[in-house]
Formats: sequence, C-alpha cells, structure tokens
Amino acid sequence: MTLTQIQKLLQAALISEQGASDIDIKFAKASDLMSDVLAFSQPFSDRNTLLITGLTNKQVVRTCEIAGVGAIIFVRGKKPTTETIELAQECNIALLATSLKMFEACGILYVNGIKCASPSKEAKDENAT
Amino acid sequence: MKMQPEALLKQEYKIRGGDFVNAGESSCRIRNTLREIGIDSDIIRRIAIAAYEAEMNVVMYAHHGTMQVDVYPDKILLIVDDRGPGIENIQKAMQPGFSTATEEMREMGFGAGMGLPNIKKNADDFKIASHVGKGTKLEIIILLDEKNG
Repeated sequence: MTLTQIQKLLQAALISEQGASDIDIKFAKASDLMSDVLAFSQPFSDRNTLLITGLTNKQVVRTCEIAGVGAIIFVRGKKPTTETIELAQECNIALLATSLKMFEACGILYVNGIKCASPSKEAKDENAT
Repeated sequence: MKMQPEALLKQEYKIRGGDFVNAGESSCRIRNTLREIGIDSDIIRRIAIAAYEAEMNVVMYAHHGTMQVDVYPDKILLIVDDRGPGIENIQKAMQPGFSTATEEMREMGFGAGMGLPNIKKNADDFKIASHVGKGTKLEIIILLDEKNG
C-alpha cells in the first residue's frame, strides 16, 4: 500500500515526504513503547513496515531507523517536533499524522489488508485454519 | 591456547549519560559501518538493536561510557562499558518488565524493562558484569556465518 493510500484511509497529513515515494507498506506495528518496537522488529527490514504511535520525540525516529521501519504515523492528533522531522528527513523515514486514535488507525489498516509486523503464534494459527 | 585472530575493524564511541538528544547516534554509525563492509542485513539488525538498547541504558542510567565494536572474520564483538551506579541485582534486571526507569524515560518510550532481555535475545553470547557504585560492562557476541564471509 502506498503512503498516499494510507493518507486517504486515515485522513492523515503528510508531515515529511522524504523517503515516501518508493515505499510499499505491507506490515504495521502499533506501540508507544520503543523497546517493543525493537523486540518485535522483523528479521527482514526492507522499509515495508509502518509504525503507528502517539510518541513524537526524536527517539521514535532513531528506533525506527534501527528497526528498519519505513514510515511513521502519529495518532491522536500528536505533532512531531522540528527536531523529529529533521532527523526523519536525514534517515529517509516518511512521517504522517492523523487525529484518529491508535485503535481506529489500526482497525482501518487491518481491514484494508495491512498485516501485523509481528503476529502472535495464536493469530498465525487462526489464519492457518 | 587458541589464538584469537586479529580484528578486521575496530571502532570506539563515547556515550554521555543524560544526553537524550544524541542518544542512538553511535548505534546508527555502527550500523552504517557494518552495512558499508557488506555484513548480512539480519546480522546488522541484531547488532544494531543490541547496540541501541545498550547505548540507551548508558544514556539513561550512567554518567558516561564507551561502546566498542570489533569485527572478526567469524564474529562481531560489542563491548559497552560504563561508569555509573551499576546494577544491584543482575538477575532481576534481566527479567522482562523489571525497570528502575524514571517517568521522563518512560515518556520517551523507554524504561519498559525490555532492554537487557532484548540484548540477550539478539546475541549469540552475552556477558554482563556490574559493580554497584562503579559501573556496568556488557559483552555481546554475534556470530557470522559463511554468507557474511
């Protein structure tokens, strides 16, 4: 899914488009805990994962850079600081922002085919049956 | 005694305690260097996560520290050595969810008690030594296989 499609689905604003054009999002993770983002990062990292978060500090971008996340969407109307935006541009990580709540953003992306970046064993079994 | 082959690459970074603005920069530099020398991307991801969690620990808890990365033909060794309060109970600190983080750290998305367990999970070998009132030293080894040769 392109970021333009995600932008439409989540009524989001594109805050930083550096790195946005060549991206094809297939997976997402939602968390306000950066260690969770790292713990559940994919064994492959080809920038096809989106992070949904309410945290807007610089460390969110750093964490995404380390975990190989391609784009971030800030929920609950949160706006990133100038420092966060600058680092995202440097790291080639696209930024979006929406006033939707995290649960709403997750639900909309899920029904539109975006998969969980680190599905639990139970969810994997459910899909297999 | 088995001779340790010479490191192909050695780098050392200084980390300042409390420097949340630059936290993570050293780990990103290490990742970029490993990328430049053609290390497998999954190995880089594991090293980068371990380095970043360790770097954040120094920034959050210690006065200052160093992070050293040595690349050998068969492995990557990461040593993170800090001067700081040390860890009173290592066994407890290794438990997922145990944390002594402040509210400020938690607001930044850290301090969930996942740092050390995350480092261990990504390492092939992990050693931790700590002296209360002096500091903590981590040794993280990630093995390279043929595809990284």
